[in-house]
Amino acid sequence: MSDTSMRPDKTESHPELERLIEPSRQTPLRRGLMTVVRSREFSILLVLLAVIAAATVKTPSFLFSSNSWRDLLLTPSILLLLAVGQAVVIITRNVDLSVGSILGLTAYLTGRLFIDVPGLPIIAVMVAGILVGVLLGLVNGVLVAFGKVPALVITLGTLYIYRGIVLTWAGSNRINADDMPAGFLRLGTKSLLSVPVLTVIALVVLVIVGYYLHTARGGREMYAIGSDPDAAVLYGLNVRRRLLFAFALSGGLAGLAGVVYAARYGTVSSGAGTGIELQAVAAVVIGGVAIFGGSGTVWGAALGAILLVTINRALPILGIPDFWQRAVVGALIISAIVLDRVLAARQARKLTEARDES
Amino acid sequence: MTRTYSEHSQPLWRRLLLTRETAVIALLVAVVLYSLSNVPNFDGPLTLTFLLLDVAPILLIALPMTAVIVTGEIDLSVASVVGLSSVLVGVLHQDGMPIPLAAVVALLAGALCGAFNGFLVAYVGLPSLAVTIGTLALFRGLAVGLLGTTAVTDFTERWTDLAKQNIGDSGVPLIVLPILALVLVFVLLLQFSSFGRGVYDIGLNSEAAHFTGVNVERTKFLLFVLTGVVSAFAGIFYTLRFGSARGDNATGLELQVIAAVLLGGVSIFGGRGKIHGVIAGVLLIGVISSALRLEGVTVNVINIIIGLLLVASVMSTSLLSGIANATARWNRRAPSPQHASAVGAGTQGR
Repeated sequence: MSDTSMRPDKTESHPELERLIEPSRQTPLRRGLMTVVRSREFSILLVLLAVIAAATVKTPSFLFSSNSWRDLLLTPSILLLLAVGQAVVIITRNVDLSVGSILGLTAYLTGRLFIDVPGLPIIAVMVAGILVGVLLGLVNGVLVAFGKVPALVITLGTLYIYRGIVLTWAGSNRINADDMPAGFLRLGTKSLLSVPVLTVIALVVLVIVGYYLHTARGGREMYAIGSDPDAAVLYGLNVRRRLLFAFALSGGLAGLAGVVYAARYGTVSSGAGTGIELQAVAAVVIGGVAIFGGSGTVWGAALGAILLVTINRALPILGIPDFWQRAVVGALIISAIVLDRVLAARQARKLTEARDES
Repeated sequence: MTRTYSEHSQPLWRRLLLTRETAVIALLVAVVLYSLSNVPNFDGPLTLTFLLLDVAPILLIALPMTAVIVTGEIDLSVASVVGLSSVLVGVLHQDGMPIPLAAVVALLAGALCGAFNGFLVAYVGLPSLAVTIGTLALFRGLAVGLLGTTAVTDFTERWTDLAKQNIGDSGVPLIVLPILALVLVFVLLLQFSSFGRGVYDIGLNSEAAHFTGVNVERTKFLLFVLTGVVSAFAGIFYTLRFGSARGDNATGLELQVIAAVLLGGVSIFGGRGKIHGVIAGVLLIGVISSALRLEGVTVNVINIIIGLLLVASVMSTSLLSGIANATARWNRRAPSPQHASAVGAGTQGR
């Protein structure tokens, strides 16, 4: 920081260069703050806070009753897990449509294990759910990475296959709350420092994946693959391994989401999680992850998921009848895409101007 | 482009026999023949009627969807347009509007929905996958918002019977006539018109298509409008057939349509796919599910079969092209050095 005072003389003749150097003269704290405030994710956070604030002003119990506070944190946790996995897959320029079916399968499996293997420890059931999810995700990954076929088609196929397996397995059977041990169901109600346990699990996952994508070599390679798959191959990245990992992660998180679903709702039918895959993709898109890969963060995707779920709970309070919710959500998704386009265009113009002037 | 070249170096009979379309049609014929001899009542008079009535909405929407996917785009909002058109017919009928007039309004609304998608995708340049996930929620939201959780069911029998009526005494439902007309329109449009050549060009290389004079934006826009109109028509049929207008009608139909289109040999990357393959794909799914139902197998198994067929069909293409590449590499390595240099000179000369 000490030599920054010498720089102005050198760069005075280049106003554009000046502008580029300017941030490095700020203190790290200020710089970090500016990065956060200017980020795409911050705008979603503002919308989210505005929605919560508006609902709270109208009905204070939206935030200040212990039940609502718990619901506010607890309800988004399932979609959040799915959105984190989906974001990683979409960043590699793929998509995973099978997550809803994986969720259904592992949610039913969770209940089935408690019934068929009495005395099985809760943690073993959770691990089983995650492992089955990883396995189903790996099937997607192997087909996409080694078959060199589009993920959209493959995961649409496995969406039907996995759902067909649950439907055939479960039939019209249904897992009820009294089929599962009370200790497991308590996971859905217990809190840690007034934050529900399931939310803590989801947030821990989010932080780990977010840190991995931000700093780890594997994470950065995901972005490289997504922004130009051919270039990634030419550069010598192990694209197959990364894709396998991305799909296994998405499957595993969907598996975890299935376990969370069983703990949260207590009842599981064969239709659990039908259609939630498109919600997960929507959350990722709202969160500013480009649908063609290479940019965006899981923080954004997570905020998108929370916003999507919270807006559904806030709208009735704000006086909008609940059957208009989906229209509002649709409008939200479209405005998010348009906003991304406007921001990208402005960024491109700035860069062109900077290049032309220098 | 090299792909087209290498394809044309094969004899015509081979080109015709080894296409994805032929494979799907062969599979369809095989399943029909097997079912006729092994599945009880499959040759009964009602099987064909119900089969056609069941696949009609999917078949209708699959036609414009094929064109959209051939350009390299996708439309996930079709089932929501079906729902919206269904609700509009119901609400307008409740207010005393005659059905034909309500149907026209629904078709216009479908065109408007399609135009909204088309504008955002073609003229604003947004990715269709993301846009139509948004409008999937938006249009469904409008449908559910207009009618709430109630349903309109008091349609006059004249109209609901029309949707289920057969042509004369045959077991073929009346809906087949508009379907055939639309099939004809789409075959002519896609395979026998300059507009259609443009559609395939856009899918193969959008920029090249632009430079050869194809109006890329207008073509995509029109295809989305067409998809909206046909989806609305499917919605009207759906409503009258079941005699019920509900906001959540046909939820999830979009994935069934896309699965059928892809099964019929249309490439998700755009540029290839034929209408007759898609029709065979839709019918294949219909025949398998009706055969399973007659066999008394739970209908759930159909999900697994559709999924497996879908995965197998794309994997087979990838596997075949992998084998073809390996053979080509082997053949290139085989010739003697002089021959190879002669070939090299030849390519340089070109």
